[in-house]
Amino acid sequence: MNEDALLVVRDLAVRFNGRRGAVHAVNGVSFTLGRGRSLGIVGESGCGKSQTCLAIMGLLAESAECSGSILFEGDEILGARRRRLDELRGQRLSLVFQDPMTALTPHRTIGQQLCEIVQQHESTTHADARRRAIEIMDRVRIPDAERRFDMYPFEFSGGMRQRVVIAAALIQRPALVVADEPTTALDVTVQAEVLRTFKAVVEHAGTSLILVTHDLGVVAGTCDEVMVMYAGRVVEHADVISLFSKPQHPYTQALLACRPDLDAAHTARMYTIEGRPPDLARGEPAGCSFEPRCAHATQACRTSRPPLEARSPTHRVACHLSPPAES
Amino acid sequence: MIPAGPLLQVQDLSVQFSVQGARGGQLRAVDGVSFEIAAGKTLGVVGESGCGKSTLARALLRLVPIAGGRLSFDAVDYTSADERTLRPMRRAMRMVFQDPMSSIDPRFTVAQAVREPLDIFERQLSRAERNREVGAALERVGLGASFARRYPHELSGGQNQRVSIARALIGGPRLLICDESVSALDVSIQAQILNLLTDLQRDTGIALVFISHDLSVVRHISHRLLVLYLGRVMEYGDAATIFRAPRHPYTRSLLDAVPIADPARAREKAAAVQSLAGDLPSPLDPPSGCVFRTRCPRATPQCKVAQPRLQDSDRDSQFACHHPLDP
Repeated sequence: MNEDALLVVRDLAVRFNGRRGAVHAVNGVSFTLGRGRSLGIVGESGCGKSQTCLAIMGLLAESAECSGSILFEGDEILGARRRRLDELRGQRLSLVFQDPMTALTPHRTIGQQLCEIVQQHESTTHADARRRAIEIMDRVRIPDAERRFDMYPFEFSGGMRQRVVIAAALIQRPALVVADEPTTALDVTVQAEVLRTFKAVVEHAGTSLILVTHDLGVVAGTCDEVMVMYAGRVVEHADVISLFSKPQHPYTQALLACRPDLDAAHTARMYTIEGRPPDLARGEPAGCSFEPRCAHATQACRTSRPPLEARSPTHRVACHLSPPAES
Repeated sequence: MIPAGPLLQVQDLSVQFSVQGARGGQLRAVDGVSFEIAAGKTLGVVGESGCGKSTLARALLRLVPIAGGRLSFDAVDYTSADERTLRPMRRAMRMVFQDPMSSIDPRFTVAQAVREPLDIFERQLSRAERNREVGAALERVGLGASFARRYPHELSGGQNQRVSIARALIGGPRLLICDESVSALDVSIQAQILNLLTDLQRDTGIALVFISHDLSVVRHISHRLLVLYLGRVMEYGDAATIFRAPRHPYTRSLLDAVPIADPARAREKAAAVQSLAGDLPSPLDPPSGCVFRTRCPRATPQCKVAQPRLQDSDRDSQFACHHPLDP
């Protein structure tokens, strides 16, 4: 096993038992994340990207049944005791949510909320906690941190609030930050700035990052590697350069093609993926989940599920089709 | 029949709100905005949150009080028309919102939701005739007759957005205002809806006002472009020209902030381009002179004193800047 591995996820499955039967939200997800590496998880709504993250954080809903294994710094997260998880979360492992307004407590100052995190995990003086809070606020480029320390969330703009949430996630110098759509609620201009700062701070601290997003563009500029999910499974996982230059799974290719690109030639019609993702409550098909929407599907795709196989040391694909010829 | 003049003409439109409280005052959400839309064409409206995009949409439908300027549809001035005169206009100008789940009554079936405008505007039609129209509208947005009796909660986000479009199309409007109508959808579904709008325009000659924060989507669909900042027009004109060579520094910053789905180019750009710093100033207390000057990389003392007027860039584009970029 890779010695630098910070996080090892093996055969993770998350199920919800609903009235219409079991929903397999995540199925057979396996990957390893190295220290200081950043991984983007991409896919459409319902592909299982958020549930995978919640499982890593030990935050799955009570109704979720899960199996498999999530080793974080050698510790098993799945089935870990609440107290052990509380020690890890905020300290070694932290989370950034999409909506900064609901992630912060509206009636307490930014400073109180940041200091609380420090003091929950360490016995330290208030002055020390305050110093560290202001230091991290500076680092995520919140201007005038000293003064803003005593302000309330409502006095901050959306972009500034998200910086506060990022500061809160990083204040204890965790080994891993999981960010679920951290910039989706922000304006494109603010998104660019926040991502840039986020990336710089994470790199500076040597923190590993899992960034969940629906936008391949966000991943391209921010992450070292990318994992594409579809209907609860990983369909492709590669280093960022090969994923964008040689996408091998038809779903990844289609996702890239139907994204409007500012630099692409103007076309009258957009490329689309016909149909929609399968209903996960109906049980998994015997073959590839993407087969009904795939332009290249063959008989084999209908009858047997393609395993996720390595096609190069840094590129895994779950598809029966042979890889495109090297150009 | 295609009218000779523009379908919708907006001259020097202003919308003001009174804000209560200590920091209250007059808020100019839309400030002296002028543009035209011809039948069969699409005007894209872009800007950050708080720039007045949605207020502008509402003002076009006279859903907010107009503080100044002139609105005319098909050469009929409706700036201060009474409700009776507005009625046929409201039939001809329709709106599609961002979130179909909150704009469609959850207790309505799809057929009821789509039929409601007919029940209000076309009471002379028999029930059978109305139902026939509903069937045709559903067909046109790519939903079969089988959807008619289903409820919004049984449909996916994309299908619900098709229902909102069918509802907006019924009775044959001539202008459709789409306020962030594809923003909440997954990329593959977003592409399907964009193609649907393009097809509708080709087949019916409907004009579109397409409001979005996503510049790549706007570029795909628009013939003309309106760039707003703090309620004012920064740049207006032929979309292809502005996307190729923006004259206003704000338009340039917006374009530079769009994430690129190409790791090499994304990193190059991140190194070369200074992202837009700071936040939108309070609209209650906009900067003097040029409203963009507080964030503008090209600002000079002149920008503080004099508000730049819209000037012609070429035959059909205009910008408001003292220090424009080269064409």
